[in-house]
Amino acid sequence: MTDPDSQDTNVEKGGDEGIKLHVLGLFVGFVTGLPQLIFPIFAAFFGTRGSDNPLISIAAVSAILLFSLFFRWLSWMRFRYHIGEHDIRIESGIVSRNARSIPFERIQDVSIEQKPLARLFALGEVKFETGGGDGDDAKLSFVSVEEANRLRELVKAHKSGQVSVSHVESAVPDTDAPPIFAMDGKRVFIFGLYSFSLVIFAVLGGLAQQFDFLLPFEIWDFRHWIGMAEERGVTVENLNGIGWTAQIILAVGALGALIFVGFATGIIRTMLREYGFRLERTAKGFRRRRGLLTLTDAVMPAHRVQAAVVQTGPIRKRRGWHSLKFVSLAQDSKDEANFVAAPFATLAEIWPIAHAALIQEPDAAVRFRPGIAKWWLIRFVALVPLVIVAIWATMFFAGAPFQQAGLILFAPIVFGFFWWLEWRCYGDFVDGKQIYVREGWWRQSLSIAPQVKVQTVEIYQGPIARRQGLASVNFGISGGSLEMIALPLETARAIRDAVMEQVAGVDYALVAGEARHGTIA
Amino acid sequence: MTDDSSPDLIALNPAYVTTTRIASALGYLPFLIGAGALEVAQLLPPGSFFVPVFLLYLFMAFVVPKRRYSHWGYDMGSDRLRIVRGYMFYRDTVVPFGRIQHIDVEQGPIDRRYDLATLTVHTAGNHNSTVTLPGLFHADALAMREAIRAAIRADTI
Repeated sequence: MTDPDSQDTNVEKGGDEGIKLHVLGLFVGFVTGLPQLIFPIFAAFFGTRGSDNPLISIAAVSAILLFSLFFRWLSWMRFRYHIGEHDIRIESGIVSRNARSIPFERIQDVSIEQKPLARLFALGEVKFETGGGDGDDAKLSFVSVEEANRLRELVKAHKSGQVSVSHVESAVPDTDAPPIFAMDGKRVFIFGLYSFSLVIFAVLGGLAQQFDFLLPFEIWDFRHWIGMAEERGVTVENLNGIGWTAQIILAVGALGALIFVGFATGIIRTMLREYGFRLERTAKGFRRRRGLLTLTDAVMPAHRVQAAVVQTGPIRKRRGWHSLKFVSLAQDSKDEANFVAAPFATLAEIWPIAHAALIQEPDAAVRFRPGIAKWWLIRFVALVPLVIVAIWATMFFAGAPFQQAGLILFAPIVFGFFWWLEWRCYGDFVDGKQIYVREGWWRQSLSIAPQVKVQTVEIYQGPIARRQGLASVNFGISGGSLEMIALPLETARAIRDAVMEQVAGVDYALVAGEARHGTIA
Repeated sequence: MTDDSSPDLIALNPAYVTTTRIASALGYLPFLIGAGALEVAQLLPPGSFFVPVFLLYLFMAFVVPKRRYSHWGYDMGSDRLRIVRGYMFYRDTVVPFGRIQHIDVEQGPIDRRYDLATLTVHTAGNHNSTVTLPGLFHADALAMREAIRAAIRADTI
């Protein structure tokens, strides 16, 4: 922090010494990193609480803050990135130095993330996805938004072969092409309604368990709660005395509150994530922007798309709502491996997006091949001895009469019902160009992969399937896999051979060229 | 079920049986030693533990490698590599040459004595991204690697 001005001149020069991160990012990083300091601060606070002078506590806490700031400053000082002719190089580390080189060809994706505080200072966090396991390390936090856009354009230009290392600010970034898919506020709200979630209770429960030592009472002790109610003039007898109707009304009220919280959580979470969702088809690929407070801006090159997954659920399906994701080597976010191209859309909206990635929907006339039922039926063989043992154990050890223990007999019916659902929802199909697999009764998904994107094919038979003469076919795809199950071995071989003919007969250099042409068209 | 696929497959080098026998005999030795120690300590009736362990050891180290060997097979096509393995857990994998990213030929200390090597091909797929083929003559493995490389080069030019 000694002389930021002289550092700034370095930034402008950006020569062989490399470029530094934005100095304001230091402050943003410090503030967003504060939650990590909460335990040391607590420790310092409680550790010095016994002393008479309150100034000691304050001094201890500020020492921790200063210490953290100092180390952030040190690592900022020692951090450089450099745009080379063929790669981006990042040098970091306070004591042990780490030099990382990311070749432009290996960069799958450049994403820019703007958290609320960073947005305030017009800063952004740039991430280079490489498809490797630790792609997260290639991260620049933070640089100015213009610099972030410049970097992304630079990577794009390098990858398409038009190498031009120019430090001139290009005004390209925000030429808004008409989106191929966008969600207005109403759509996001409806999506929120379908995202009913009671996760807040789990979070609150977890917090209460973590921090119950801070609370002045035992949170899990229900007698305490009864006592608290009695202090306010409500007793258990009181409640019992108010009659059935009132009790039912109370129960309904409690349930209603629960449902309300569930919907509210869903709507708020969805609003935060999906607000202003906008997917554009740019020259290079798909550009997606979304977010209310944290704005994310991600680009997925179209020729990197390996497969498409269309998902829906039993309830949202009635209204025709589906989601579309693209499978690729790049990771979309921490909890989502695939690139979300349309989180909540009708099929009529989804297929044009898939077409833009050169993926076709299954023909309406096509009938999917159902799985062979004995693949699922065989599970009963394993279940029956379990049920017999369970009935015997309840009768013998718990002394229950057969009328009660016999209820366990319903278990196979329940399981059978779900297996039947699973069997009914499964279907697969292979045509001249693509592979289709449909599965799941709760999370219903349809995966579509172009056959030329298949990396390996494996026919697998476990010990049980071998006896049944059944097999599964596993297609390895970069970024995912596709499995066809419950096939007769002969069919599996035929499918494998047909797909292999497609794959082996292709000139791969041509495929890449084709995909690139497709992106421009 | 698997009979019809066998004829067109090439078997591994018979020396692979010997190398896997040596490897598993060494690998399972700690169990045998453990059982021997228990026997010496005389905590259990004599032989009640050691004998079954010893029989299992012989089975795992001498019978299993032979069986495993007989279920391995591969086929080098002009544009693809096919590898079949396993009986209980049967796997039949095909990798098109055009999809192979890089190729390894490995040779462990036991392999070297018998002039064997393991060929490993890597693809970009998530499932089966590495496919290995053990028990090849070292020279054969190198020749296969060159053949695959040539096929890839012809593809990309």
